This record gives sequence, structure tokens and C-alpha cells, in this order.
Amino acid sequence: MNTPLLVWIILAPLIGSLLNTGFYFYHVKKQKISEVIFALIGTITPLISFLITLCLFLQMQDEEVVFTQDLFTWISIGNLNIEMRLLGDNLAIFMSMFVTFIGWLIHIYAIGYMKGDDGFGKFFAYFNLFLASMLILVLADNPIILFIGWEGVGLCSYLLIAFYYQDKDNVLAGNKAFIANRVGDFGFLLGVVTLFFAIDANSLSFSTIEANISNAPTELLILSGFLLFVGAMGKSAQIPLYVWLPDAMAGPTPISALIHAATMVTAGVYMVSRFHFLYSGIEDIGTFIAYIGAFSALFAAIIATRQQDIKKILAYSTMSQLGYMFIGVGLGFYSTGLFHVFTHAFFKAMLFMGAGGIIIALHHEQNIFKIAQHRAQLPIIHFTFLVGVIAISGIPPFSGFFSKDAILAAAFQNGEYLIWAIGIFTAFLTAFYMFRLYFVVFVAPTKHVAQYTYTSKTITIPLLILSIGAIAAGFLNLPEVLGGETRVDTWLSQLNSHKLHLSHSTEYILMIISVVVALAGILVAYKKYAKFDVYKPESDEGIIANKFYVDEFYDKVLVQTSKKLSTFIDKVVDEKIIDGFIMSICDGFISFGKKVAMIQNANVRFYAAFMLVGMCCIFIYLYNLLGL
Amino acid sequence: MISLTSYAFVSMILFSIGVIGVIARRNIFVIYMSIELMLNGITLFFVTFARYHFNLDAQIISILVIAIAAAEAAIFLSVIILLFRSKKSLDTDVFNTLTQGENS
Repeated sequence: MNTPLLVWIILAPLIGSLLNTGFYFYHVKKQKISEVIFALIGTITPLISFLITLCLFLQMQDEEVVFTQDLFTWISIGNLNIEMRLLGDNLAIFMSMFVTFIGWLIHIYAIGYMKGDDGFGKFFAYFNLFLASMLILVLADNPIILFIGWEGVGLCSYLLIAFYYQDKDNVLAGNKAFIANRVGDFGFLLGVVTLFFAIDANSLSFSTIEANISNAPTELLILSGFLLFVGAMGKSAQIPLYVWLPDAMAGPTPISALIHAATMVTAGVYMVSRFHFLYSGIEDIGTFIAYIGAFSALFAAIIATRQQDIKKILAYSTMSQLGYMFIGVGLGFYSTGLFHVFTHAFFKAMLFMGAGGIIIALHHEQNIFKIAQHRAQLPIIHFTFLVGVIAISGIPPFSGFFSKDAILAAAFQNGEYLIWAIGIFTAFLTAFYMFRLYFVVFVAPTKHVAQYTYTSKTITIPLLILSIGAIAAGFLNLPEVLGGETRVDTWLSQLNSHKLHLSHSTEYILMIISVVVALAGILVAYKKYAKFDVYKPESDEGIIANKFYVDEFYDKVLVQTSKKLSTFIDKVVDEKIIDGFIMSICDGFISFGKKVAMIQNANVRFYAAFMLVGMCCIFIYLYNLLGL
Repeated sequence: MISLTSYAFVSMILFSIGVIGVIARRNIFVIYMSIELMLNGITLFFVTFARYHFNLDAQIISILVIAIAAAEAAIFLSVIILLFRSKKSLDTDVFNTLTQGENS
């Protein structure tokens, strides 16, 4: 069904961004504008998007319908037509529902967080643009439009991570995010091109690709599927392109929340789900994705256990949770993976916003042991943070349990016992490091309690709303074995090539195992950290605390080598060989020219001699020519 | 009777002496006289062939050459005077002002 509403989902935040940009320029050049105006524009526009999405969602409840909107023909070459068309099917609407909703809440939170900042207006301009880019990505009807959004979120993440650009480290972090993403984007682009080559159709919309995919040679599809996933590795911070994510914590906290919960990192999972018809045909690549996800989950969780920066712990936990999502989508359980995206968005946004609240209250202190030394009185943040920690640890009936457990059950059913085992072990680690964070920050004994209560409503209200989601979102997809209806699975049923059909007893056993494992993790964390002496913090030495030296390894192997190669090419190949060759040709011409110039010496007799020689030559030539 | 070849040979010698004079001598007067020699060589050639073929056309041309040479002499001598006034010399190598003195 064609509806003009679809474009307004994207346009609303885009217009907001443009308005804020304009006002911000006015603010900087002419006269100060109150923060209220920026905040109003910045928060109302995502709300409009959310309300439109909600309307479409409700309409989709009543009737089976897929919304589309044709805007214009973008590229038309020969038979090839690339339409600027938006697609609002079940997947896109599902995704944009929580992207806009949680994005909106984070915008509200940002009002309180960014209060008094010089770049308040600029921040909201970027923030709205970020949301608009993500919505372009979600509502795209073909991979090319998807790529616009894909690049848009990359750009915005760069702008926002390097938001405090006066500090060089932040700029470097922004660069790192951008460059790591470029590597992935290159893969994505190659993947799209390969796919275009493989299907050989006159349009590139998802429906055309799906219709023509059976004609395409399998090898090309495998290649394309792999390359597209390289893009997802970059965006969704999976091994080996994850290094930007922890550094991305340099930006203000609302950005971390937005990147980690609603936009950017979920783009990879969404993209794989979008190409479900492709990936369900090439199950080997799917398994590969699942393994990459599993190892990313484990790897990040191990690193997270020894980090001391509160936001970096959360960043690694995001990477770990994204690993779970990729296990889900890689094994063909797209709705399960997306459900984890959905629940994760709630509790991860909440955790980041809670962490942001603490960080503000303690004047930008991020080390958990130092936070513990000056604990602030923050009852609402304390409560919501606890909810988030429980949810991410996978304790029923909080939302994280259901989504994570469904993924593990899917792995178990597919016979990928290694992935299942890694997942279970990661669940243990997750419970451990999240409760380590919680116990150190909120429970461990401390002598000094700062009488500081953060009261800004714009910070606490979004937290409370999200906490409801974190507690209850799991019931949307309650598995049958617990008497639920698996609503999300049904809603996204056209994606799934597999269905969970384990026996009830097996499912119970799996659930019990994961709950026991999570409780064990909490217990270990309790033993070790509940009475932890925060005045003697853990050492930050050792291989885990140093993140397995991956950054150093990349620096040595990739950065330094390519630097050396570049220097070699510059100094030797370019200057010596190429310049030498070209310059010697030039020198030859110049010295030859100087010799020629010597002839023109204005000496009459010399000229006359030359004339004579020339005439003789002509006569000899004519003599031979005429055969005289 | 002196053969045609002998006449041709003499006129070619005259012409060659003229050419060598133009190329090898530096004095403008000598150059001028060498040019006259070349003209004379050619004129001799014309006259010889005119006699040989009993055709007066060539004779007319040779008289024309002599007339032009006379006119040329008048111009040439006045040019030489002008040149001498400007440089106080009759050496051709001095008159290389067209190179703006770059190579001299």
C-alpha cells in the first residue's frame, strides 16, 4: 500500500536537524538562543516519527499490508532503474518502532545531560541527523538507499564521538570509529555490487533480489553474503572490526546510549535480517556469522571482566550482546536475533543513561573504583541500573532472559553445541562482570557518600520508562513452553526459515541451565566485590585488562606496516624511481633544447652556412627523387 | 673552341668562391663582393647556355641580373654605412643584437 506517511518518519528528524543547524548558526553568529528551542525541536521531531510509526503499526495490526512509498527514480541507466522507494514491511516497522521510541527517550535524556554545554544546539542537530540516517537505513527499499543510511550513521557517529573536539583523544576516537567502519563499508559495497552482478536484474529492490535470487550462481551469492557481513562486522563491532566501539565512549553519554541501543550497532543485525532470503540460501555463511558472533560475545565478555571504566564495560557488554544477536540471525532465527536487539535496546539504553547520570553527578569520573569512593545518592538511577544489570544478566522474568535464552535454545536445536557452550559461558561472564560493576559502584563499602541527588526530570523519567520496558519487554515474545504466544516471532514470521521445535523438557532444562549459570556469575561477583575495598582498586596490568593487546597488535601489524610501506613508496618508489625516470627525460629535453638554442646565435655567416647545407640536402633529395 | 663544360666549370668555381666568401669572411665588404661573385657566376652560366642554344632569353635575364646587381649595390653600400655608424665596425659577428646578447 502506498502511503505518504512513510517519508515523514524520516523527514521529521531530518527537518529537525536542519532547523537546529540553522538556529545553531544564528546562535553562534548573531545572538544567543535559549536551549529550550533547541530541545523542543530536537525532541518533538523524533516523537512525530514515533507516532507515525505507531499509526502504521496499528494499521498493520488490522490488516495484512506492506507499506511502500515511491518517491522518484534515482538512477536510470539503460534497463536498470533504481527507485527512491521506502518500504515499511513488518521488519522495518518493528525496527523503526523501537528505534524512534528509544531514540526519542534518549533525546529527552540528552536535554538534561547536555544542559549548559556550548554545543547544545549542534548536539541536537547531529542527534536528529543520526536518527534520520538510521531511519533511512531501516526503511530503505533497496541496498543502495540502505547504504545512504549506513554511511549516514557512520558519519554521525564520527561527528558525535568527536563532539568534544578540543580534546585530541576524542578526535582520534572519532577517526578510529570512522576508519574501522570504512573498512566494513568497503566490504558492504563490494557485497552489493557482487549481488547486483549475480542476480542480473533491472532493479535492485529487495523484492527483485528475492525474486531473482534463485537464478544467481551460488558461489557469487556466498561471496556477496560474506562481503555484506564484513560491513556488518564494522557497523556492529564484531571481531575483527570491533576496536572502535570501546574508544567511541569518548563522546557524551547520550551518544553512547543511542549508538548502542537504537542505531548504528544494530544496523548490522538488521541488514543481515533484511537479506534473510540471501542468507537462508547460504547456510555456511550463516554458520560462519554465528561463530563470529559467538567468539565476539566471549571475547568481549572476557575483556569486560577486567575493565575499570564504567562506559567501557558497558561498551564491551554491547559487543558481547551483539555477538548473541549474530548467533541468532546467523543460524536463521532472525526474529529471535531481532528480539534480542529489541530487549537489548531497552536495558542497554537504560544502563548507559544510568551510567551517564552517575558520571555527571561525580563530575565526569568514569573509573568504577573511584566512583565507589565518592558514591552519590541516586535512588532512581540505582534502581534502574539494578534492573538493567539483572536484565542483561538473564534472570527471569526480566526481558534479557527470554531473548538470550531463545538464541541459546536455537543454537542448541541446530546442533551447534560449541556455540551453545560459548553462549552459556558468556552468560556466566556477563552476569559476573555486570554485577561486578553494580557491586563496586553501588554496594561495596565506602567511607564517603556525597550528598548529591540528581533531580533533573529529563534524566529520571526516561530511565523509569525504559525500566518498565527492560522488565516487561520479554513478555512480548514469551515462549510457548511458558504459556506465551511468541508475538514477535509471529510478527516477523516471514523472515524465519527455521522454527524452534525442541521438546518442552529440553527447553526447561536449557532455561534452568542458563538461570543457574547466571546466578552462579552473580554469586561469584557477590563473593568477590560486595565487600570489595574500593580504596585498593584492581591492578590494570595483565593481558585481559589490556584487552588482549589487540589495539597494539593492530597498530603494529596494520598501521605501522602500512605506514612503512607508504614511506617506502614515497621515498623510494616515487622519489627515486618514478621521479628519477621522469626527471631524467625532462633533463634530456632541456639539455637538448640548450644545444638547439646554441644554433640561434644571430651569426650571419653561420646562418648562411646552414642555409647552404639545407639547400644541398634538398637538392640531393630532389635529385634522387626525380631520378636524374 | 672552348667547351661548354669549361664555361660551366668556371661559373661553378666563381659561385663556390662566392659562397665560401659569404660563409668564411667576416668583413661586410668582402661578403658583399662575394655575393657579387656568386651573381657573376650565375650570369656567366646564363650567357654560356644562351650562346649554346642560340636563344636570347637567357641573355635578357643576365642583363636583368646586372641591372639588379647595380641597384642592389647602391642599397647595400648605404646599409653598410648605416651599420658602420651604429657599431663602428664592419665585422659581421658584431651584428648579433637579435639574440639580445644572450649567447655572446
